[in-house]
Amino acid sequence: MSLPAVFDYHPAKSVDEAIALLQQYGDDAKLLAGGHSLLPTMKLRLAQPAHLVDIGKIGGLSYIREENGAFAVGAMTTYTTIERSEVLSRHFALLPEGISVIGDPQVRNRGTIGGSIAHSDPAADMPGIVLALKADILVQGPNGVRTIKADDFFKGMFETALQPDEIITEIRFATPPARTGSAYMKLENKASHYALAGCAAVVSLGGDGTCSSASLVITGASVKATRASAVEAALVGKKLDESTVAAATAHAADGLELLEDIHGSKAYRSQMTAVMMRRAVLRAVERA
Amino acid sequence: MSTHHIHVTINGTAYEGDVDSRMLLVHWIRDGLQLTGTHIGCDTTSCGACTILVDGKATKSCTMFAVQANGRQIMTVEGMEQGGKLHPLQEGFHEKHALQCGYCTPGMLMAGLALLQRNPNPSEHEIRVGISGNLCRCTGYVNIVKAIQYAAEKMQDSEELSVPAQVALAREASNGD
Repeated sequence: MSLPAVFDYHPAKSVDEAIALLQQYGDDAKLLAGGHSLLPTMKLRLAQPAHLVDIGKIGGLSYIREENGAFAVGAMTTYTTIERSEVLSRHFALLPEGISVIGDPQVRNRGTIGGSIAHSDPAADMPGIVLALKADILVQGPNGVRTIKADDFFKGMFETALQPDEIITEIRFATPPARTGSAYMKLENKASHYALAGCAAVVSLGGDGTCSSASLVITGASVKATRASAVEAALVGKKLDESTVAAATAHAADGLELLEDIHGSKAYRSQMTAVMMRRAVLRAVERA
Repeated sequence: MSTHHIHVTINGTAYEGDVDSRMLLVHWIRDGLQLTGTHIGCDTTSCGACTILVDGKATKSCTMFAVQANGRQIMTVEGMEQGGKLHPLQEGFHEKHALQCGYCTPGMLMAGLALLQRNPNPSEHEIRVGISGNLCRCTGYVNIVKAIQYAAEKMQDSEELSVPAQVALAREASNGD
């Protein structure tokens, strides 16, 4: 039986109360959202927070709304809810595609979008998806709400721009231009389903069929979800046929700080990053 | 360590008790309430033997604190049989020989039930996705899939058997999805 170390449990009734508890307990406190990264970590006693602030009972943090040309998703919205959202699927094919390969149905019933990006696990899928969609991340702290661009949010392994007394409240996705397609592909560890190497791709085509913009993010292979700027630049302005995409993505992992473990060497992850990116881009183009 | 008084409805019956903050839901259900139908397999969110329905949603009860269940509607495998009659899923597991050692069975039944509630007529692929969070060490998946197909057909034939009362209740209570 694996039991976490002892802690005090605080069910917050509002975001303000949760922020006050974070301020009160400082480094001794952790937020509990879906708990599907935190509980396993606590059971292994890799994390031993003295105070757990449960934000699962705060009303009004789980929603999907279309407003002002954007789609707003509440931070506590579960993977399952997002996966089944017709309106999100219509505009962002990579959301249901990426979510369908996270964990398993039970995990997706509990895991939340806000929890995943706050945790910023290098092998997780949601940070890369949020980054590829260039989302705005709304966070609330003692001094009110601020917006962090996804490109400024993911700082390193399990490290984000979030301050210790801040809570993610909403993730916003801008409505994509016409002729935009997106896809998520990953090579997963067959036991944990975490990505060994993956790619979230969003591609827009202009009137002449050439690529007008590309947003490509590598997941799993490196210490954090990382934008593949060189490949993006190599695609823009080109007609994205198979050979062009293959050439542009062949060195996708160049310059990346690659991870290495028993599941995959650096060389393997590098090679698979290129393969996953090629497939993701081609699929996104098909959908554009 | 903080202690909390919780109220939880399980299989239509109201339970309450004091739990330590770190007590896992599966331990409260098994050791505290003696509802030992729910099994503990891997204890690491992988095997799904501890799957229960929380507000109608399949949940691994080894990855939730008991205190988080305060105020929730829960269904465990003990809630499937109604009036001495096996649920069509249980009948399917019996008819199609879908259990060997039986250890994964309670979790498989709950995952299967959650699937059929949402999708009364699943394809084989959809069934395999639906139970993808549940591992059978006997590798008896072929017959487990057949058992869920059996139940799907049977439940469509007799609508009144399809959803146990407390699940319908939980469904109403659950917000959103």
